[in-house]
Amino acid sequence: MADVPKPEELAKIDHTPPETPWMETPTVFKDGMWCYGAKPQNLEAVGMPNPREWSPKDEDWKLPDDWKEIVLDGMKDRLGRFRSFKLFMDICVRCGACADKCHYFIGSGDPKNMPVLRAELLRSVYRKNFTLGGKLFKKVAGARDLTMDVFKEWWYYFFQCSECRRCSVFCPYGIDTAEITMMGRELINLLGCNIDWIQAPVANCYRTGNHLGIQPHAYVSMIEFFCDEIEDVTGVRVNPTFNRKGAEILFITPSGDVFADPGTYTAMGYLMLFHYLESMGLDITWSTYASEGGNFGFFTSHEMAKRLNAKMYAEAKRLGVKWILGGECGHMWRVVHQYMDTFNGPPDFLEEPVSPITGTKFEHAKSTKMVHICEFTADLIRHNKLKLDPSRNDNLVVTYHDSCNPSRGMGFFEEPRYIIKNVCNNFYEMPSNTIREETFCCGSGAGLNAGENLELRMRGGFPRANAVKHVHEKHGVNMLACICAIDRAALPTLMDYWVPDVEVTGVHELVGNALILDGEKKRTTDLRGEPLPGMEDIEDEDL
Amino acid sequence: MTLRDILIKRRDSLVKKWFELILETYPEDSRDFFRKQKNQFANPLGYNLKEGISGLFEAIVEHGCDREKAAPYLDQILRIRAVQEFSPSVALSFVLDFKKIVRNELPGEPDEILAEDLERFDRDMDEMALHAFDIYMKCRERIFELRVNELRNLMFGALERANLVSFPGEEKQVKENKI
Repeated sequence: MADVPKPEELAKIDHTPPETPWMETPTVFKDGMWCYGAKPQNLEAVGMPNPREWSPKDEDWKLPDDWKEIVLDGMKDRLGRFRSFKLFMDICVRCGACADKCHYFIGSGDPKNMPVLRAELLRSVYRKNFTLGGKLFKKVAGARDLTMDVFKEWWYYFFQCSECRRCSVFCPYGIDTAEITMMGRELINLLGCNIDWIQAPVANCYRTGNHLGIQPHAYVSMIEFFCDEIEDVTGVRVNPTFNRKGAEILFITPSGDVFADPGTYTAMGYLMLFHYLESMGLDITWSTYASEGGNFGFFTSHEMAKRLNAKMYAEAKRLGVKWILGGECGHMWRVVHQYMDTFNGPPDFLEEPVSPITGTKFEHAKSTKMVHICEFTADLIRHNKLKLDPSRNDNLVVTYHDSCNPSRGMGFFEEPRYIIKNVCNNFYEMPSNTIREETFCCGSGAGLNAGENLELRMRGGFPRANAVKHVHEKHGVNMLACICAIDRAALPTLMDYWVPDVEVTGVHELVGNALILDGEKKRTTDLRGEPLPGMEDIEDEDL
Repeated sequence: MTLRDILIKRRDSLVKKWFELILETYPEDSRDFFRKQKNQFANPLGYNLKEGISGLFEAIVEHGCDREKAAPYLDQILRIRAVQEFSPSVALSFVLDFKKIVRNELPGEPDEILAEDLERFDRDMDEMALHAFDIYMKCRERIFELRVNELRNLMFGALERANLVSFPGEEKQVKENKI
């Protein structure tokens, strides 16, 4: 039930916000901006502290009596363990280079969404408790006590950062504000105050291997559903294998590709590609245990990220594969690229990945033993191993959204574009300050793609949508390609709100459409069941 | 000289003041960025507000409060403000603020010429505010729809793909689950 303002409240007409300094401006929890709190069973499932029924809107968050000590001890511990955290607390000179680079700030104008100020929320407490200047000069030195209001302010704003790292690209000191958010969230989690949209996937992933809690038989059913769909479109039956010991390659992709449109069409693209390559020597299996590439533990704590990530190597070892191929995911690749090798590696039981089709050695994956499917496919195209008919995608005018984590987390810019240009005839880039390392976030990353915070997501995704709108109006772009499952889940809603004529696709859906399979029937529709260019009449007759 | 002539003559100043007044609904620390960053992709909010205000001025002043012409510009501004911090009254306040701006521009102009024009202008602006409210509500309703659609698509899509549901008229039979 909405809060209905009283007449006397309505009569107070003032359109200007308070002009108090940030420390004195109270944080008001606004509906549409925050996510529901973690449910007790989802905290208990992974042994996290303080499981209880609670709501962030409640006055009492039901924290333990010594909550302040727990947080400050946690901060002290992390300042000692993570040199980067200590540096990032100390070296910021508040130059403001990052201030206007955050999509949440650009879309809202809320100063506490400026990365520098979001970090100050934490720094101010750091100064007060861990620096002499802060202890002596208090507020003058930008220091403040940790109070319940401050803790709630942390919660409100650290769950308004998608850890996209756009701001860090512009920081002259190289401060990674995403890591400050990570530390903030770790401290919040010491008191059991995660959001449920993160905590539920964590608990599900720990128990069943994927975010939605899909059990093995349902996972297989879903993929068989795709096989039926592919057969309907192409006349060719693809036969993936699951949990097959002795396969050469293990394929791991975000479960979003399996259970959420339009990622499902991307999954069909993978299946078709693997079928195509089977006769050329590809020996690959899916896993119903490592059925999730994504890792919401990464949005919780380093320890939780490590625990959930462990299943990838564990399953690779159990099945006895040589290396791992990974699907189109965002933060999965940041974890793989920057953390997995030291979390759970090095995996000496695996081999340096080599493409069984082209013989290409993926030397960059020598340590992690995991290759991105776009690297794999781009290599196939480069060696003329794929028969493609890009005209099947001629009804699409495509632009490419660099998903934050692959682009800024691993410098992954060219391979997806190379693939798109080979499977589509109409491709246009968005403006240069909105792509590649300067790409704008979808507004829903780092576990923020819930339903209850839709206003936050829409304003956070506004800078991205604004650039899409530009190429839509200028070039007629009607399809936004990306390589991240959260993007594929979040961008359709973003487009529906800001640029309704643009749809969203994964890169391998486009590959699936263009790929000419041996023995296929004359295709009349794409993987979505929409008529191919020039086939509109045939489709009508069928109907 | 009619009110329309006066306003058209002072177009640049009026549009600038209107833009400034709408900026005042944002926190002081943020206004400079929205005002000064000229790149439309680095500063989509400032750009769209400015474009929207400018277009709205044309629709109101040059086209006699043409609601159809005003609609896309109102949408350009309100689609943004509908997902920002504002209460509905503050989100929409900029429309009626134009009356205030116009009145502040007028001292020195002969009253007798303007009286009738001003009365009509006030009435038109009230109508425009109501029209803006319709557009704002459409944006808010769209948000509610999208929220429901996301949940519905996720749940029904997953059930369908897991082969756990069967709908009347569908040929597909529930298959035996295989591992």
